[in-house]
Amino acid sequence: MTVSRSSFWPALLGTRFASITSLFALFFFLLFLPGAAPAQENPYIVAYDHYLEEPGNLEIEYFSTFGTQRGGNDFHAFWMELEYGATAWWTTEFYVDGQSSFGDSTVFTGVRFENRFRLLKREHFINPVLYVEYENTNGADKILKEVEGHDVESNYADRNAALRKEHDHELEFKLLLSGTHKGWNFTENTIATKNLSNEPWEFGYAIGASRPLALKASAKRCSFCRQNFIAGAEMYGGLGDRHSFGLHETSHYFAPVIAWNLPSDWTLRLSAGFGLNDNSHRFLLRWGVSREIPGFGSMVSRLFGGRR
Amino acid sequence: MREYLAALAATAGLLCVSVALAQKEKPPAYKYHKDALVYAELAKAPQKARNKRNPLEKDPDAVAAGRNLFEQHCTECHGDLAEGSRKGPSLMVEQVQNAEPGAIFWLLTNGVVWRGMPVWSKLPEPQRWQLVSYIKSLGVVETDASLGLKSSAGLTRESPSPRR
Repeated sequence: MTVSRSSFWPALLGTRFASITSLFALFFFLLFLPGAAPAQENPYIVAYDHYLEEPGNLEIEYFSTFGTQRGGNDFHAFWMELEYGATAWWTTEFYVDGQSSFGDSTVFTGVRFENRFRLLKREHFINPVLYVEYENTNGADKILKEVEGHDVESNYADRNAALRKEHDHELEFKLLLSGTHKGWNFTENTIATKNLSNEPWEFGYAIGASRPLALKASAKRCSFCRQNFIAGAEMYGGLGDRHSFGLHETSHYFAPVIAWNLPSDWTLRLSAGFGLNDNSHRFLLRWGVSREIPGFGSMVSRLFGGRR
Repeated sequence: MREYLAALAATAGLLCVSVALAQKEKPPAYKYHKDALVYAELAKAPQKARNKRNPLEKDPDAVAAGRNLFEQHCTECHGDLAEGSRKGPSLMVEQVQNAEPGAIFWLLTNGVVWRGMPVWSKLPEPQRWQLVSYIKSLGVVETDASLGLKSSAGLTRESPSPRR
């Protein structure tokens, strides 16, 4: 479903530029829909904790990653995300990815369909969540939403025209282990990815810790109250593949992160990621904005004559 | 063209399922029964959790802060006044108001995941206690929902109109 592979999108919406503009215009229209609710979102951009979307709510998110690139052009990768709480134990998400490489071009790089399932009924010291994702992306995808296998900086150095020739159909599984104690959230994600075109299983990890700056809510609504800010750090990287498991030829990142949950319905996230070895991009600056629309499922239901 | 037709067919299929689900009416008794099952979860709180005292019991700001949190996170399912809605039960019923603060805190922390209530442990402990303070401040209010609940439990329904 990428522009490069077929003429589907251009045929549907005109030129590639029109396609990208239309999609992101639609996204921003959704983002400004009334009826959103302040959320208590964690600050992670790569790692996941065990909290799922509230049932019936739709969260619309946009994220950007600016990355430095040795031996190639720096890039700005972006994705938008529609996250829906199907039930209290199942969240489903749809992503559209794209990127601009400076001095090169802007391209769609693929789509992802993700599902997360809560495995236990009650809250425990460690709470497991199963994550299953299908990715249909091309080699120009640079969102670095997860790092796995032998993903290294040099893989992204080519020009977009060359990178887009590679197509990835992947199934990705994660076991998310997370717990919250005395306001601190700790999470560990183990990643296993299988490229469906007969490539070996690849592995990766992400870990994170975060805490609100204040644990008590204030009696007044305020934008700059400390409880609205959640700060933390995450670390992520590859662990090789089935034939060469380990840290050899892998990249790793460490990123302080912060989220600002505004009473005016928005959540802003910021993360400055630093490569930890020579195989990593030296710097990844990420930011994101999201908004939650409560009762989206009911709105759709009412649209078709369902009950209030 | 094949991709376009496949996408069209998938969209049409999803639309049909959505319409079918949206049109599916469930009798009020189903709602009362579902609410009763959620209230029953309170009874499952372990004794250790029940015995916990609300550390913010005497905090003068706890109810106001709890109300803010309630408006932010709970009204979508429990209604603006906690009177209940199609998605979640009323909190102004005896089952909730007579429950120990520790039991309500336990339910907030663990949710009733298989019946639609998410876990709220992502709110720090003090904020969950502030929510408990607010919920306990509501008192019992008889609404159609609470009367229907009694009726579905075999009790007599004397008045159909909501009254405080």
